[in-house]
Amino acid sequence: MLGKERAQQILSRALTCSKADQTEVILSTADSSLTRFANSAIHQNVSETNAELRVRVVLGKRIGVASTNDLSVNSIKNVIENATTIAKLQEENPEFVSLPSPGPIRSVNAYVEQTASFGPEDRAKEVAIICRKARENGLIAAGAFTTGSSELAVANSIGVFGYHPSTLADINMVIASEDSSGYADHVSTDVATVDSERLADEAVLKALQTRNPVAVTPGEYEVILEEYAANDILHFLAETGLSALAVQEDRSFIAHKFGQKLVGENVSIWDDGLDPSGLPMPFDYEGVPKEKVMMIDHGVAKNVVYDSYTASRVGKRSTGHALPSPNTIGPIPMNMFMAAGDVTKEAMLRSTKRGIWVTRFWYTRTVHPLPVLVTGMTRDGSFLIENGEITRPIKNMRFTQSYLEGLSNVEMISSDTKLQRTWAGANRVPALKIARWRFTSTTEY
Amino acid sequence: MKDFTDRALDLATKRGASYSDIRVVTQASQIMVVKNGRVEALSVSENQGFGVRAIVDGAWGFASSSRLTAREVERVTSLAVKIAKASSLVKEKDVDIGKPCSIVDVYRTPVRIDPFAVSLERKIDQLLAADAAMRRAPGISITEASFEALRENITFASSEGSFIEQDLVETGGGIEATAVGEGEVQKRSYPNSFGRHQGKAGYEFFEEMRLADNGERTAEEAVKLLSAKQCPHGVMTIILDATQLALQVHESCGHPVELDRVLGTEASYAGTSFLTPDKLGNFRYGSDIVNVVADATVPGGLGTFGYDDEGMPAQRVPVIREGIFVGYITSRDTASRLGMQSNGAARADGWNRIPIVRMTNVNLEPGQWTFDDLIADTDEGIYMQTNKSWSIDDKRLNFQFGTEIAWEIKNGKLGDILKNATYTGITPEFWRSCDAICSSAHWNVWGTPNCGKGQPSQTARVGHGTAPARFRNVRVGLGV
Repeated sequence: MLGKERAQQILSRALTCSKADQTEVILSTADSSLTRFANSAIHQNVSETNAELRVRVVLGKRIGVASTNDLSVNSIKNVIENATTIAKLQEENPEFVSLPSPGPIRSVNAYVEQTASFGPEDRAKEVAIICRKARENGLIAAGAFTTGSSELAVANSIGVFGYHPSTLADINMVIASEDSSGYADHVSTDVATVDSERLADEAVLKALQTRNPVAVTPGEYEVILEEYAANDILHFLAETGLSALAVQEDRSFIAHKFGQKLVGENVSIWDDGLDPSGLPMPFDYEGVPKEKVMMIDHGVAKNVVYDSYTASRVGKRSTGHALPSPNTIGPIPMNMFMAAGDVTKEAMLRSTKRGIWVTRFWYTRTVHPLPVLVTGMTRDGSFLIENGEITRPIKNMRFTQSYLEGLSNVEMISSDTKLQRTWAGANRVPALKIARWRFTSTTEY
Repeated sequence: MKDFTDRALDLATKRGASYSDIRVVTQASQIMVVKNGRVEALSVSENQGFGVRAIVDGAWGFASSSRLTAREVERVTSLAVKIAKASSLVKEKDVDIGKPCSIVDVYRTPVRIDPFAVSLERKIDQLLAADAAMRRAPGISITEASFEALRENITFASSEGSFIEQDLVETGGGIEATAVGEGEVQKRSYPNSFGRHQGKAGYEFFEEMRLADNGERTAEEAVKLLSAKQCPHGVMTIILDATQLALQVHESCGHPVELDRVLGTEASYAGTSFLTPDKLGNFRYGSDIVNVVADATVPGGLGTFGYDDEGMPAQRVPVIREGIFVGYITSRDTASRLGMQSNGAARADGWNRIPIVRMTNVNLEPGQWTFDDLIADTDEGIYMQTNKSWSIDDKRLNFQFGTEIAWEIKNGKLGDILKNATYTGITPEFWRSCDAICSSAHWNVWGTPNCGKGQPSQTARVGHGTAPARFRNVRVGLGV
């Protein structure tokens, strides 16, 4: 950890070095450790200390970007020179207006000292609990336990400055026998919330319950998607369409649908980087304060997220969802929430006549982007439901399903939600009962 | 540099390590993207750091840092030892890395034109020309052309006496055209999808792709797809082009033969493998004409190097011979679990990651057919080209792939364009149905620069040599 003062010094030094019309500097640091286990033993155990400085310079309407992880004075000068050289080679981008102006950044605490200082012996103790629980049940444990701290600091030459320290405790596990497996995970800024006993019990129970699975015929089934699986739906909505760039390029499912009913009335999805029940992040990679953006409100398409570039193209204000420049992805939601319902997963189960219980999805990929048609496998705990009860564990199945269609057929939503990691942040999601889900083939286990 | 690496190795030994190694890595990269006639992204990155790996009390520890100072190497080495001791608190058995290996050598990727010596202007001009060619196609909506170059200097030193310096260079690029219609988005890429085709080679590799010459055709195909017929569904004969087959090999041959997956050490993330050790030497993976090798020595392959990140020499390893599974790809500690020696497939994604078992260039060896003869020999079927989507289960059995474009084959001739083609299958059944592979004239090593594995995640750059091939009785489409 550099600390706010040192981070500000480095950013100021870089800004001072630049002779460009506008300059933006992003400093990101990480002190991260991960203990990985398999076959009920620690087999990989790693630690990383890194700091990256990324510079965007603007000459008129020409932009250049360069980065380095050497924070010495000479290196900072070089990275500014490199970015400036690149900018000079660029054609003008007539749609570029300006780097963003400063806005009021709300402070949100995402840093827990105990998480930052959690050591390898501490992680080994938690892993030992999980491995013991697996062995006691004749099972084997595999997983990973990450703890660490990071800093994001952004400044630009027209007054933006943001500094955000954060911590992360992220544990996941697959506990398995020869023909069965169960899964559990937990993510938080606070390592004290990691309950290895409870998580291991959850995964062990599934691994025991899924022994001797049977194959069921592919086809349409009612499904209960646990939170682990439901998060995949939010992830693909974000990736395929909830970005202003996707809308502007006409490749989003939400383009031309604003104000119209898109999915079921019981579905509301928003992004909120300031909600402390997520992994909060008060500003984006341009230093723009994060706004809460309601994207789907009671089934109606409402908004998408913007960075400064996509916002200025259509005369709007950035919502604070920029990724580091340059990128061709555009802005994306990083802290999504789906509105909880009022039932338990047990109530969902009791209400299901014939269906499939899905713990999690695996290797999901877009088949067609506009209907958000996605294929993938079930994994680590799939069951047949008959007359309100789980009757048999089943072999894993492939589904090929439009996620939008799935969200149009949500029958029940759980009152409990879980925080789930994505590549860019974390989403808080409930479990879902969906009336129709299309399974297209089965596998051998 | 030797002083720096010795400082780590000596300290690790002093602190009780039975083995240690250090990798010092500096990377430089250039990325350029031209989109819709304008330079959309242009960035250069420099990255440096080192990682120390140690075995203490029979367990592994690893620590890394971006700060290349004497003080930091001591802190990081001490931390690696401390982490190894923590690992030993929850160990199965002592790590065995097999026989000691001591090599002193220097390796450089052979390049004709250093991609970093070529001016940025020349690269931009070539991308703009490719983009302009795509935009000549009426009705095209989004065009994108990209270039990437990477230089990686790796110094590896071990407590067994190895000291290896490598200078690895990669160059790649590609184009992508998107057509948007009523309720429809279709994309075509060249020469491969998902950004780029890449190789361990110089700028000549990029120029030989002739992106501008292929721009207009690529974009025209994207537009044609908007009004193309839907690919039919059913059980039928398919022919896969070399790029789609490269990903098929990657997912259903390359990953299952990674020994770490087989031994369960990737169980929580990437998954395991159906290819258990009892199948070694006797399992019928494919038809008699299916021969697969893992070859880290093939010139220009993206998975080509001099030494892996454990200091083991690059090797050519048989994986499937005449349809029978004959070999895994391994690292030192996984190979020793089966009483074998590493075949040099432990690779790390930079200084801050440990080496894990990764593909090198996993190649399907060429057959005898010309492409024209193969089409002429096929009465009815579908010819599929360029990957669009891919998914496979965590034991690498049930897969489903989609391609950007397909053509119907009728009476030995290519017919209409088909859109939204997908096919699905079970790995050994699929490879056993392979009855024809095109010759070396159609064979190329395709770069796959985005292979994800490991926790924390690592991206490997691997290669796959393939030529078009035919498969019988394959389930096409999403029909249940």
